Amino acid sequence: MAPANTWKLATTCAMQPIRLVQQLLVRHSAGSHTAAAPRVLARFGIGAALAAAPAPVAARQLVTCASTNAARGATSRRSLASMAAEVVDDDEDETHTLPAQQQLTPKLIARRRVHELEQQALNGGGAERIATQHARGKLTARERISLLLDSGSFRETDMIKAHRGSDFGMDKKRFAGDGVVTGQGKVFGRTVFVCSQDFTVLGGSLSETHAEKICKVMDRAMLVGAPLICLNDSGGARIQEGIASLAGYAEVFQRNVLASGVIPQISVIMGPCAGGAVYSPALTDFTFMVRDSSYMFVTGPEVVRAVTNEDVTAEALGGAQTHSRVSGVCHGAFDNELEAMAGIRRLLSFLPQSNRHKAPVLRSLDPRERANLDCLDSVVPDDPNQPYDMRAIVERIIDDGELVEIQPEYARNIITGFARMEGRTVGIVANQPRELAGCLDIDSSVKAARFVRFCDCFEIPLVTLVDMPGFLPGTVQEYNGLIRHGAKLLFAYAEATVPKVTVITRKAYGGGYITMSSKHLRGDANYAWPSAEIAVMGAKGAAEIIARGKDKDQATREYETKFANPIMAAERGFVDGLLRPSDTRRVICEDLELLQGKQLKNPAKKHANMPL
Amino acid sequence: MAARPGVVRRAIKKILIANRGEISCRVSHTARKLGIKTVAIFSEADRHAKHVSMADESICVGPTLSSKSYLNVPNILQAIRDTGAEAVHPGYGFLSENSKFAAACEADGIEFIGPSVHAIEAMGDKIQSKLIARDAGVHCIPGFIGILDTQDEILRVANEIGYPVMIKASAGGGGKGMRIAYNDKEAVEGYRMSREEAKASFGDDRLFVEKFIEEPRHIEIQLIADKHGNIVYLPERECSIQRRNQKVLEEAPSPFITPEVRKRMGEQAVALAAKVGYHSAGTVEFLVDKHRQHYFLEMNTRLQVEHPVTELVSGLDLVEQMIRVAEGQPLAFTQDQVTIRGWALESRVYAEDPLRGFLPSTGRLEKYVEPTTEGVRLSLEETEPAVAASGLVRCDSGVREWADITMHYDPMISKLITHGADRAAAISLMRVALDTYVIDGLAHNVNFLREMMDHPRFLSGAIDTKLIEHEFISKGGYTGYKPSDSQQRDLLAVAGAVQWKLADLATAAHDAAPAALPLVLTLLGSSHRVTVSPGASPAVLDVAGADGWRRSLAVRQWGLGSSSVFRALAHADDGSRRALDVQVIDRGLLSAVFQYNGTKFTVGALSPEQAHLAQYMPEPVESSLANCLVSPMPGVLLSLAVAKGDKVVMGQELAVVEAMKMQNILRAPCDAVVSDLAKSPGDTLAVDDIILEFEAPEAAAASA
Repeated sequence: MAPANTWKLATTCAMQPIRLVQQLLVRHSAGSHTAAAPRVLARFGIGAALAAAPAPVAARQLVTCASTNAARGATSRRSLASMAAEVVDDDEDETHTLPAQQQLTPKLIARRRVHELEQQALNGGGAERIATQHARGKLTARERISLLLDSGSFRETDMIKAHRGSDFGMDKKRFAGDGVVTGQGKVFGRTVFVCSQDFTVLGGSLSETHAEKICKVMDRAMLVGAPLICLNDSGGARIQEGIASLAGYAEVFQRNVLASGVIPQISVIMGPCAGGAVYSPALTDFTFMVRDSSYMFVTGPEVVRAVTNEDVTAEALGGAQTHSRVSGVCHGAFDNELEAMAGIRRLLSFLPQSNRHKAPVLRSLDPRERANLDCLDSVVPDDPNQPYDMRAIVERIIDDGELVEIQPEYARNIITGFARMEGRTVGIVANQPRELAGCLDIDSSVKAARFVRFCDCFEIPLVTLVDMPGFLPGTVQEYNGLIRHGAKLLFAYAEATVPKVTVITRKAYGGGYITMSSKHLRGDANYAWPSAEIAVMGAKGAAEIIARGKDKDQATREYETKFANPIMAAERGFVDGLLRPSDTRRVICEDLELLQGKQLKNPAKKHANMPL
Repeated sequence: MAARPGVVRRAIKKILIANRGEISCRVSHTARKLGIKTVAIFSEADRHAKHVSMADESICVGPTLSSKSYLNVPNILQAIRDTGAEAVHPGYGFLSENSKFAAACEADGIEFIGPSVHAIEAMGDKIQSKLIARDAGVHCIPGFIGILDTQDEILRVANEIGYPVMIKASAGGGGKGMRIAYNDKEAVEGYRMSREEAKASFGDDRLFVEKFIEEPRHIEIQLIADKHGNIVYLPERECSIQRRNQKVLEEAPSPFITPEVRKRMGEQAVALAAKVGYHSAGTVEFLVDKHRQHYFLEMNTRLQVEHPVTELVSGLDLVEQMIRVAEGQPLAFTQDQVTIRGWALESRVYAEDPLRGFLPSTGRLEKYVEPTTEGVRLSLEETEPAVAASGLVRCDSGVREWADITMHYDPMISKLITHGADRAAAISLMRVALDTYVIDGLAHNVNFLREMMDHPRFLSGAIDTKLIEHEFISKGGYTGYKPSDSQQRDLLAVAGAVQWKLADLATAAHDAAPAALPLVLTLLGSSHRVTVSPGASPAVLDVAGADGWRRSLAVRQWGLGSSSVFRALAHADDGSRRALDVQVIDRGLLSAVFQYNGTKFTVGALSPEQAHLAQYMPEPVESSLANCLVSPMPGVLLSLAVAKGDKVVMGQELAVVEAMKMQNILRAPCDAVVSDLAKSPGDTLAVDDIILEFEAPEAAAASA
């Protein structure tokens, strides 16, 4: 099937839920808005009529929607609804009085036209479509921006830019802004660039001009060095434009790739994202999703059904749950858009503006030496087969216990996330003995490798905690290329030139030992807790080989006594020292302070050939 | 004081502490102070417990089960021999009143830090002890002293004494085998029930009957006696605040006792101790009726849980005194040197959930920070400078952060003790101490203890042993703290200030303190618009509610970073000012959890933009897996601990899943009824496979 066709189908599938919403709206507006239903059911034929509806009309509809929602929701929300009403009332007061009709001069006409276009851009797809969007628990492109950025900091670019297409009657469906709101603003006082697709305008479909708007802010973000956040809510390519829209995607992709490693790029999927559209998020550093209202897939359920006979819902195929737990496409899922925007703000607080900047250093209220760490001294169980919670250890070592996990639900046998130590950002990678004994498998290797590379790009020091019995055995793993995928993590750690501090809490066996930021991979500071076991393999397995036919139990005990400890590694200098667990925070803080001056460069090359 | 010839004096160099938890730590503390080495014993479950790390040496005495470890006399005697300890301190509970253990120690030439075998035996039997007490001239409860074998005898004696009467098991304790009867019918029933209970609980169904004292107070006399015949009584302890005969709050002195009554009770206690040739620390328990008439209850031949309140008002270290006595030293003070200094109050902090009928809770102390004297003084120095200046806080605990509270041992987390110039001061200190006591991870009774600190009957001192039953249990149980409007505003102000600080920290790179921060805070289902703005001086924040209220907070500690306690001096718009100590338990993206006056509250914190748009957010939908236990990992189901139809409580073990040779225990996420088992042991599990299902909550509620 030709790509264009695939995309078209995908787009059609992406439209599916809209019908549901339309039905919802029909019921919703059965009372005073009977006239609205046929208009909405006419799909995207809403045109300028409603978009240009006078502000008071839009306001009334907003209030109706708000109060209906509140009545259906918890009583506690009533006050919020009334607040919304107040805000809307304000808008009504601000309705501009236009110059008198009789003195129309070309200048005045232009001014009036500008005002109309700006109003149109602010109104997006119009009150009805906004109400539909709200009814689905989704916000408008501008509302999302208002949540993402510091209050009042948004400066818009290309507000009234519109498409140039004329095929299929598109010349009658021109919208100021063309379905995406772009610009820059501040998050905690630091500049970020934003693209926010507007589903209420032509389904947020990507046209040539829509893509141009996105590319413009991407170029500016690159120019000044500031993160880029894309809020995706789009039905897909604007098929009425044919190849022109397709080319728009390509332009965005190319910029995503060139920006990779230069500025942090974050995608948030807040609605449909299907077909070619998925590849921009996939090229960015992080992709987040909103539960129950977003989905991503290359081909939608209908194509899947036609091609493979699989019967699957959009949610099951590409919902937040699927991508955050099964595929690993999603780096984090949020319960709703409010949380999503707050979560992105929090993530940004850890990240540098670009690879030319240092990550922000915040004032920390958490001292280097803290009293309550004695509990770490007995955290590792005596029984090597008993699990414990590595996350709880991480939380005690870092500032304020605040770990922002990346891919928390995926490959849970490894923890990756951002934290601070004395106010400085660090990347945490830690095996989780609670899941699969903390072993490395395909998924955890790939998850950690990508995280390590992100940190290395942006000069974020890596703190690695190791309790890992080795790579996961089995045909499933081997057939799927554990060698290839495991090599990614090995490659990432070996290549990384940022400060690397490693603490082995318990097991560090075999190739996994080497992989997990070992001394041999240019680890700057490597420590072992007294409970560490560092050896080429577990005692049982080793005894099988060493004591063929002889007393295996005896051999196991001997091997355990000799190697199931950190002594040999310390004698060889493979660990720099044995560390009392309760000293871990202090020592890591000291090392990170010391390593701020670290200078290490890899040999000059075009780029390495990482195993992919 | 006079020394008796013939008493062997020997310095003790090493003590084995035959106990666990806080009392083991407590004894270690004094032994260290005296330069004596200590040996801790531990069960396999306690290998990493705090009491083990407090001692110089430690030795395992058996598996988790108390009967096989802490009560295992042969193993403990062996441990004493193995470690070369010269003396053993039994603490309280376990072997502390076991005369056989004391005798075995004596036979082995080991000093038992406690009274003689004879005294333990004489006072251990409730009937025998009463006979001795009567002979010693101690005022006893009218009743029949002796065993009653038949129903007829019970009825005869009950009528002789006059109703109400109490039927008690001779071997009883902890409220078991005890029945109150107001008439013949109840006496017959009580006889039968007590007998069955006594048989089941103690293997001894002997009963006796005595007069039931109405509105009784539980007041006890601590005494200390040496081996030379010197006996001194110390200020009394009032332990009337009890729940099901378990003490909850204790204080010294009693708000009810006059110097005359104190003297009378003390002298009778001394007479009883003299009668049995008592040495070491001991406690004579009395009931005191509303006419201040006291009645002998029993004598405890050990150090008691609540001994710290006596220590704080007498200035003595009772463990030190016990060790000195055991060494054969005479008491270094006389009765007339004993004075009462100030007032001490003790709260027993338990792992139990007052909101669920005080059911014991188990789990991990995820966060655990004890209050300190410095901290409490810091909070009170502006509002109650005199209280702050002389106030003391002491926390006797056997746990630390990350310790597990299991069902194997006592659910007491700690004893929190405050000492002030008077009762009101001790209570003020206790309020702050409870407010700054960080315990997270399991349910605890700090909310209830905090509520007691504001209870009018407790504050007035009009207390008796039935207070909790009358004021809470009989009114449907403890239902939780309901903050007043003003208290809610205090909490809102704190929540606003914390949000302001977080915003300030997040923008620190620019070094500009945020200007006015408008917020919409939600608490207990209602929304409040507030504005937080920097006040006159750097650490002062003004919080103004949109509906006209104001709070000005002089912040001393933010509750972020290393400390979870937010401390501020609050000035309210009505001119009042108070110290606010609020714990910041958890911070989410859009809300935070605070512990205020002992109770956890979630406060939503939204910007006006967020609040305006919150209306469009969908109600959270319960996942369809909410009623199922799913496997968190791929593995093999090793065992199922429950069957279809079982009622389970939160935290109860449901199944064990083995993955990568590791055994992972899956526990009940909430109280529920198991409606179906989807897997059986041996089955292979993938992630999210359903292991068992619970009844839908509505169905469970209906069946309850």
